[in-house]
Amino acid sequence: MSSEAVSSWCFSLADGRALADERTPRRTRIVLGTLGAAAALSAAAFMTVGARGDWAFVLAFRAEKLAGLVLVAAAVAIATVLFQTIAENRILTPAVMGFDSLYLAIQTGAVHFLGSRALVALDPRLRFVVETAAMVALSGLLFRWLFLGRRRSIHLVVLAGLVFGLFFRSLSSMVQRMLDPNEFAVVQDMMFASFNKVDTDLLAVAAAAVAGSGIVCLRLVHALDVLALGRDLSVNLGVDHRRLVTALFAVVAILVSVSTALVGPITFFGLLVASLAYQVAGSDRHRETLPAAILIAIVALVGGQTVLERVFGLDTALSVIVDFAGGLAFLVLLLRSARA
Amino acid sequence: MIEIDSVTKRYGETAVVDDVSLALPAGGITAIVGPNGAGKSTLLSIVARLAPADAGRVRVDGLDVASTPGAVLAKRLAMLRQENQVLARLTVRELVAFGRYPHSRGRPTAEDERHVANSIAYLGLEPLQERFLDELSGGQRQRAFVAMVLCQDTDYVLLDEPLNSLDMKHAAAMMRLLRRAADELGKSIVLVLHDINFAAAYADRIVAMRDGRVVFDGPPEGLMREDVLESVYDMRIRVEAIGDWRLAVYYR
Repeated sequence: MSSEAVSSWCFSLADGRALADERTPRRTRIVLGTLGAAAALSAAAFMTVGARGDWAFVLAFRAEKLAGLVLVAAAVAIATVLFQTIAENRILTPAVMGFDSLYLAIQTGAVHFLGSRALVALDPRLRFVVETAAMVALSGLLFRWLFLGRRRSIHLVVLAGLVFGLFFRSLSSMVQRMLDPNEFAVVQDMMFASFNKVDTDLLAVAAAAVAGSGIVCLRLVHALDVLALGRDLSVNLGVDHRRLVTALFAVVAILVSVSTALVGPITFFGLLVASLAYQVAGSDRHRETLPAAILIAIVALVGGQTVLERVFGLDTALSVIVDFAGGLAFLVLLLRSARA
Repeated sequence: MIEIDSVTKRYGETAVVDDVSLALPAGGITAIVGPNGAGKSTLLSIVARLAPADAGRVRVDGLDVASTPGAVLAKRLAMLRQENQVLARLTVRELVAFGRYPHSRGRPTAEDERHVANSIAYLGLEPLQERFLDELSGGQRQRAFVAMVLCQDTDYVLLDEPLNSLDMKHAAAMMRLLRRAADELGKSIVLVLHDINFAAAYADRIVAMRDGRVVFDGPPEGLMREDVLESVYDMRIRVEAIGDWRLAVYYR
């Protein structure tokens, strides 16, 4: 190479580096800062708007619900981003693939085989842990093969998700028909998402699960970026693809269990927050997309719940609205990818 | 040295790679040629542990690729497949920097930065380094991926059709660059090539495959004969000499 070329290359290199160094972190800081502020604002509004009477009681009561919403938001956001990285696809989510339905089927099965009376007597935390363990094992068994080894066609994966989801839902409803009415009432309570009735018994164990997943993500944040390059390139770069995907599948299963156990199934929420996070984050690095997705999810859930519950006085409508918006996002993404 | 020892790979009943044994000594450029479906890419993928072999084994510098930890192999051997689609929106520079992952584990040092800059310069990607991959032409993207693999700084570099979607200028530049990498940096480069003239002009050694078997293994002069080419490709190919340079003419 001529010396002139070298010097012009050095110049352009220095130039580009300066640009990249300045632009990316600053943009990230602004985006994450804004989202963080919005999340804090929604939390503050959730705690205070429309409070009457004894503040100590109101704050304690609302703090529990807030903690539940934040945990659900974080669980759904992390699970979706991780899953989309494993699947190398930004339309698939655990919910679209039928993970939620699998968890519901496990819950329904527990009611059927143990009976609601035994379940009530059982410590809900123990039950959650056992159901989550079943979830990790079954989802690993059922879904992992789709994402290991040879690249499967996206159509096969979507179809498998559709079939699995339908299968678990039919299985649950078949079992429900065989339940006596009292037990059915217990199951029915689990079947519909409600952000108003967060299961507060589980907060501590759910928080531990989400925190644990967060730590795993933090440790794997660079490996996740490599994984996003696809199987072949990540194997070439020395990532143990099979082990990493297996571990991430377990994390996703645990997080889906957390959100489904706390509020119930929410199909399109994860898709919505993950797509928004990719849009606003400065790059596709996981150290940016993961926190962005979590914060967007918190703003949507906590802020949305505040507005609906306190301002409009509505009860269960948030899950409907969230799924409606998420469903629209799903359609837009599908149409856009069909055109591209 | 890459030792391929009776490797077989089957898809259903057909053996795509059929009991292949080869020893590729360190250094120089080896080109693998042959008709479509001869098993060239599959063999390369098995060597790079991207696909498991059904039988036989492959060792790189004595390390069995099936059992050696991926992180260890990633510092010795790099492979680029023919088609690479990346979901994440990355700039050329970010992509090339991933080549340092086996060494830096995501925390690049000044040394890593130097490798990235060198690879980008080596492939003449400086003007494009801040561009996103989806804003590049196929040939530019191909060069970015090759830069990433070179940035990995491994002794062995396996490339599956690196000339794919490159124009004449860049194809020749790519081959000259690989020749330089072999001569100056002492790399061992194994390529799958379609164009036998490129293979003959740049490779030290050519391996020809047909129906999953090695049918020729030797220096380019040995392959560039009409009878040998006909046995590999099953078509009549004229070989013309221009000076001491042999050219296969198969266009009509």
